[in-house]
Amino acid sequence: MLSNVGNGLVIFNVLLGVVIIYYSLSHLKNEKKLIISKNIYSLSLVQCIFSILSFLILIFAFVISDFSLITVYQHSHTLKPLFYKISGSWGNHEGSLLLWINVLIIFSYFFLILNKESKINFKLYTLISQNILILGFLCFLLFNSNPFSLIYPEPKEGLGLNPILQDPALAIHPPLLYIGFVGSSIYFSAAISSLVSGFKGKKFAQSIKPWIIITWSFQTLGITVGSIWAYYELGWGGFWFWDPVENVSLMPWFVMTALLHSVTVLEKRDSLYSWVIILSLLTFTLSVTGTFLVRSGIFNSVHTFANDPSRGVYLLALLSLMVFSALTIFLKENKREKYDFNIKSKETFLLTNNWLMMFYLATVLVGTVYPIFIEVINQTKISVGPPYYNIVLVPLVIPLLILMALGPNIKWIKGNFNNFTQLFLILGIAIFLNLLINYFFNSKSLLSNFILISSIFLIFYSIIDLIKFYKIKSLQSSSRIISHLGFGLLIFFIGINHNFSTEEDFNLKVGDKKQFNNYTINFLSLKLEKRENYESIVGLFKISDLKKIVNEELKPEIRIYSQPKTMTHETSIKTKLTHDLYLTMSNVDQSDLYNIKFQKKPFMIWIWISAFVISFGGFMRFYKKD
Amino acid sequence: MLTKKVKNRILFLSLFLTSSIILVYFIVKILNNNLLYFKTPTDINQSKDIKIGKAIRLGGMVKKDSLLVTGNEIKFIVTDLKNEIIVSYRGTVPNLFAEEKGVVAEGTLKDKKYFIADRILAKHDENYMPPELGEVLKKNVK
Repeated sequence: MLSNVGNGLVIFNVLLGVVIIYYSLSHLKNEKKLIISKNIYSLSLVQCIFSILSFLILIFAFVISDFSLITVYQHSHTLKPLFYKISGSWGNHEGSLLLWINVLIIFSYFFLILNKESKINFKLYTLISQNILILGFLCFLLFNSNPFSLIYPEPKEGLGLNPILQDPALAIHPPLLYIGFVGSSIYFSAAISSLVSGFKGKKFAQSIKPWIIITWSFQTLGITVGSIWAYYELGWGGFWFWDPVENVSLMPWFVMTALLHSVTVLEKRDSLYSWVIILSLLTFTLSVTGTFLVRSGIFNSVHTFANDPSRGVYLLALLSLMVFSALTIFLKENKREKYDFNIKSKETFLLTNNWLMMFYLATVLVGTVYPIFIEVINQTKISVGPPYYNIVLVPLVIPLLILMALGPNIKWIKGNFNNFTQLFLILGIAIFLNLLINYFFNSKSLLSNFILISSIFLIFYSIIDLIKFYKIKSLQSSSRIISHLGFGLLIFFIGINHNFSTEEDFNLKVGDKKQFNNYTINFLSLKLEKRENYESIVGLFKISDLKKIVNEELKPEIRIYSQPKTMTHETSIKTKLTHDLYLTMSNVDQSDLYNIKFQKKPFMIWIWISAFVISFGGFMRFYKKD
Repeated sequence: MLTKKVKNRILFLSLFLTSSIILVYFIVKILNNNLLYFKTPTDINQSKDIKIGKAIRLGGMVKKDSLLVTGNEIKFIVTDLKNEIIVSYRGTVPNLFAEEKGVVAEGTLKDKKYFIADRILAKHDENYMPPELGEVLKKNVK
C-alpha cells in the first residue's frame, strides 16, 4: 500500500519535472511575457509538496514498521526506539537518496519564489537546469535505488539498524550535510543559467549569495556534528582522521568558502565573474563526486557505507554528463575578463583566501584520490597517512589566520593600511600569551608556537572589530567577523588540545588500580543492566589526581544489541569547560582483564563551540534588519 | 626591445612557475613519505627488503585462540591462511574486533614475524570486511 503511494508520488514527480521543463522552454520562446506565468509557480509548488509527501510516507513506513518495503526490512526493527526509526529512514542509501531529491526540489522552489529581482529568463533557465538534475536523480532512484521496492513474502521482523548509527548526532548529521551538499546544486544551475541567459554581474552575485551562505552554514554544521559523533562513538579520542570519507565532505566546503569570498568581489566590484562561475559549478560537481566515491565502494575507509558498484556506474554516468555539459556551456559562452586589482585592496585579500582554499582543495584531493590511481595503475594498495595532510596544510594556516584578521579592515579598490599601532599591540599580546602558555605547560614545536600566536592574533583582532561594528550597529559586518573569530578560536583550541592532551592505554582487572603521571584510576565495579533494545555491561571507574583537582567517576559501557546482534563500546566522557576526561573499556578474550584507554583532552568542548560559532556567523546574515 | 609590461609579466610568470614547481616537488615528497602500504602476512613473508620502522597497514584475520591479554598489551596473530604475523598492541580495540574476524592494523614491523600496532582500524558495518582483505582471503581459501 505505502509502496504504491510512494512510487506513485515519485513517478508523478518525474512527470512534473518534464512538464516544468516543457513549460519553461515554451515560456522562453515567447519573449513578450514579462512575468513568469502562474502555472510554473503552481507546478513547482505541487512538485515540492509531492516530494515532501513521498519522504513523509517513507518515514511513516519506518514508524509503523512496514516490512513489506525492503528498505524498512533491512534497516529497521520493531524494538527500535521511535527516534531511531525515524532517523533510520535517511540512515540508508535509498532513503538518503530520497532526502537528496527533496533538497534539490525544495531549493529549486524557494529559489524560484524568493528571487524577485532577477531577470525572467535567468530564473527560467535555472529552473530548467535544476529540473534536469532532479530528473537525473529521480531516474537513479527509480531504476537503481528505490526506497519503495517491495519484498515477498512480507517478513515478520526487520534486520535492525547498525547500533553505531543509533545516535542523536548521527541522526541529524545527514540532513545537515545534505542541505549543504545538495543545496549547492542551486548555484550550479544558476551558474549554467547565467552563462546561457547572459544575466551577469552584480545582480547575479546578489541572487546566488544568500544560497551560498545558507549551504555553507549548514555544511559547516554537518561536518561539525559528524566530527562530534566520531569523537565519542569511535572510541579513539580523535575527531578528524583524514579519512577519505571525511575528506570528500571537506572538499566542497573549501570551494564553498572560496565562493563565499569571491562572490562578494563580484557583488561589489563586478569582477571575477568567470571564477565565480567555475567555483559554483565545482561545488556541486565535487559533492556528486564525493557521493560517487563513497557509494561505489572505491574507497578504503574506516567509515563504511553499504556500497554497490551498480550505483557507482550510474552516478559516474550522471557526473560525467553534468561535467561535460557544464564545461561545454562554459567554454562556449564565457568571455575573457580583465582583472586589475590594487595590491592593497580588499579584492586582493579575498583572492588570497581563494588561492589558499584552492591549495587546500588540491592537497586534500591529491591525498584522497592518489591511492585510487595507484591501485588502478599497479595494483598496489596504499593509503595516505594523516601526517601528509598535517605537514602540507598546517603551515599555510598561519598566513591564513593573519590575513583573516587584516582582510575585513581593508577598503575596496584601494585601501590604505595605517593602523600599525593596533597591529603591533595585538601581535605583542599574542606573543606574550603564547609564551605564557608555553611557560605554564611545556614548550612545544616552533610550528605550534606560530599557530598559537597567529590564532590569538586573529581572535583579538576580531574582538576589537566586533566592538567597533557593534557600536555602529553593522550586523552584516559583524556576521563576517563572528565567523572569522570562530575560526581563530577553532585553530587555537585545536592547537592547545593537540599539544597538551594526555593519553594512557593499559589493561586492568575489576578492583585493581593503575597509577601513572599524577593520575590514579580505580576500577571499582562491573554490573549488567538491561535497557530498551540492548544489554549493557557498565564499568565504574574513579579517577583522581595527586592534587585532588580531578576527582571523577566514569562509566564506560560495553553494549550488546539484540537486533542485529552486535557489540559496541560506549565511551564515557566527562565534559568540563577546561577539559574532557575520556575513558573507553573493551574486552577481547573474555578474560578478567579489560582494555582501558584513558585520555585527558583540554578544552575539547571549545572546539565544538568554535565550530558552531563559525556557522552561526553564516546564519546571522539572515537576521539583518532592513 | 621588450616593454616594461612584458618584462614584468615574464618575471612574474617565471617566478610563479619556479615556486609552483618547488611546491609540487615538496608536496609529492611528503606524500610519498606518508604512504601506508597495505600488506598481508604473505606479502611480508615474500618481500626481500622490508623496511623496519616504516609504517604500513597489515591486514588479515585474527587467528582463533591466539588472543592474549597481559597487564599492558594485547597480542594476537594475524593470518591470511598462509602466513602469520604476531601483532602487539596497546589500547582498546574497535567494536568489531574478534577472533576469526578481519582486522586491519596500522603500525610498524619489528621483524618479519612481529608487528607493533599503533592503531586497530574500526569499521562501522557489522558485515563489513575491507575490500582488499576480502579478495585476499577468497584467493587463499580456494
